[in-house]
Amino acid sequence: MSEAHPDLVPGGAGAGDGATDGADTVTALRARFPDGFVRAVVMSGQTVVHVTKASAHAILEWLQQDPAQRFDYLTDLTCVEYRDPERPLEVVYQLRSLSRKADVRVKIPLDPQGPLDVQSVTDLWSGANWLEREAWDMFGVRFKDHPDLRRILMWEGYAEGFPLRKSFPLRGHWSRAEQTRQALDANPEAYYSLEELSIAEAYGELPADVRDRLAKAGKVLP
Amino acid sequence: MTSRTIEVELSTPGLDARGNVRNFPLGVSRRPSESVNDDFGAERMLVNIGPQHPATHGVLRLVVELEGEAVKRVIPHIGYLHSGFEKLGEYRFYNQIIPLTDRTDYLSPMANNIAFALAVEKLMGIVITERCRLLRVIACEMSRIISHLVWVGTTGIDLGAYTPFLWTFDQRERIYNLQESWTGARLTTSVARVGGMMADIPEGWERGLRDFARTFPTTLREVDTMFTRNAIWCGRTQGIGAMSAEDAINYSLSGPMLRASGVDYDVRKDRPYLGYEEFDFDVPIGVHGDVYDRYRVRLEEMFQSVRIIEQALDTLRPGPVDVDDPRVTLPPKSRAMSDMEAMIYHFKQVMEGIKPPAGEVYLGVENPKGELGTYLVSDGTAKPVRWRIRPPSFLNLAALPKLCEGALLSDVIAINASIDIVMGEIDR
Repeated sequence: MSEAHPDLVPGGAGAGDGATDGADTVTALRARFPDGFVRAVVMSGQTVVHVTKASAHAILEWLQQDPAQRFDYLTDLTCVEYRDPERPLEVVYQLRSLSRKADVRVKIPLDPQGPLDVQSVTDLWSGANWLEREAWDMFGVRFKDHPDLRRILMWEGYAEGFPLRKSFPLRGHWSRAEQTRQALDANPEAYYSLEELSIAEAYGELPADVRDRLAKAGKVLP
Repeated sequence: MTSRTIEVELSTPGLDARGNVRNFPLGVSRRPSESVNDDFGAERMLVNIGPQHPATHGVLRLVVELEGEAVKRVIPHIGYLHSGFEKLGEYRFYNQIIPLTDRTDYLSPMANNIAFALAVEKLMGIVITERCRLLRVIACEMSRIISHLVWVGTTGIDLGAYTPFLWTFDQRERIYNLQESWTGARLTTSVARVGGMMADIPEGWERGLRDFARTFPTTLREVDTMFTRNAIWCGRTQGIGAMSAEDAINYSLSGPMLRASGVDYDVRKDRPYLGYEEFDFDVPIGVHGDVYDRYRVRLEEMFQSVRIIEQALDTLRPGPVDVDDPRVTLPPKSRAMSDMEAMIYHFKQVMEGIKPPAGEVYLGVENPKGELGTYLVSDGTAKPVRWRIRPPSFLNLAALPKLCEGALLSDVIAINASIDIVMGEIDR
């Protein structure tokens, strides 16, 4: 898919300002995953590897566990959507090897119009848990097999969309009046997360009035 | 299904007509004790802490599942301070984003300003002046000191020690006064600009900072006397909330949290920026990864920051602060009013903004809380396509449920304090 889109300016900003420590990684990755590798670029002296969605998890696992790579530290995980709607939405993994003092950035291009789902890496890095929740909350990217994929910065039941998508206006989809109305209508007492409610439910049945209250607030127990 | 009792206890439960403590049920009412499963030694309950609670250090809400006093599970809830900074940044010029960075980690605003400016400069390939570099090092280390001072003081309060809080806040006030005389603001400093600083330091400012650097370690030693061998402090912190080095790496912890677990990683040493490799300072590393080691690491870091500040002051020489680059530095007002070319540069910068070339950069800096990463994606226009903050305390807080495994309710307060969270940057 990404072949159909214009490349990131290879060697754009600050290209060649210092050695990149990712060249060996790119060579090894390309040899080992010829199908998963899309392309690699160097920007501001930092190596960026684009990989396909299907082999992303295997590649990330290999980067973490291969003795020659040892990217044991997930520095950051986020998404980027470009203003140009033709360009893919990217899931970005910023990896670091603490022992080798090397960094590499791995990107998975996704079609913004298509289904946004990638495999979760929480089985590799526990730190990915909240980062993936944030990416889901802000961009609507689903992480398959994530243990607890809930909204994190926005509240549960937030219905306006995914705020960091380019299609989301700065002040939200709804008018101020509508946002105020919804806020006044909200029943803050019902804002226990589904997980907490499921804990409560596991200990006994919820009384009818609580069920009513939750239903009114748009909460449906799983 | 076995049915067990579950309650939410508020901080002031009140009494019912019979004088018993009243419980506020979450969905279920108290059931007779015979219905409690014997597999569990005690009743389980959900306790809600925060978001308006002084021991949660901001608007953090913790839902704690308890069995007696033992913590079975901790569910943190964040987002109460979410302001959409990253979204807002996509609608602003680069220099207009710097005031937003103040408000992320508001306990060390100058370090945030500088982290953002450094990322834009790396994207544009700008080399800052020597004086600017040293001023930034000084500002970053001052931020580290005030942030850690807040941490020691408030954590002391959480664990029952009030006096050191007054001492540390007294010293913090001295840095705030210096910040105020430099930037005009105490909290929202906005001190950095792309390619320079908002202003040079005022006359006599160095003397004030030297005076601080000379006398401040006395207070640190007093805090050390009060805490380090204090039986109550040791009892509340040693062996509490411990995390191994492997786990700390796997959970992407950073800063004092990572180093207390024995991982020798400091961005200033391993990925030097601002010429930190030229300074002679040590990085304290913990052994046990518990609350006590985090305290020791932070205390020692303040001593090291004083060393760095003194070295930077020794090498600070007069000279230009802003880089001589018409793309990012406004010409002096007198030239803008008299020289056509300078006026054009002035106009273009103010009206069109700074335009980094298309590309992207990730830059991590060692902030007091941990590694603050700035990930910038530019498409060649004056506003970033994506401005991502990698907030250190977001990732540190994400490990809280793991850190609280096997803890008691009172330990949750100590562990949460030891993470040194600031909700401004977690929620952004």
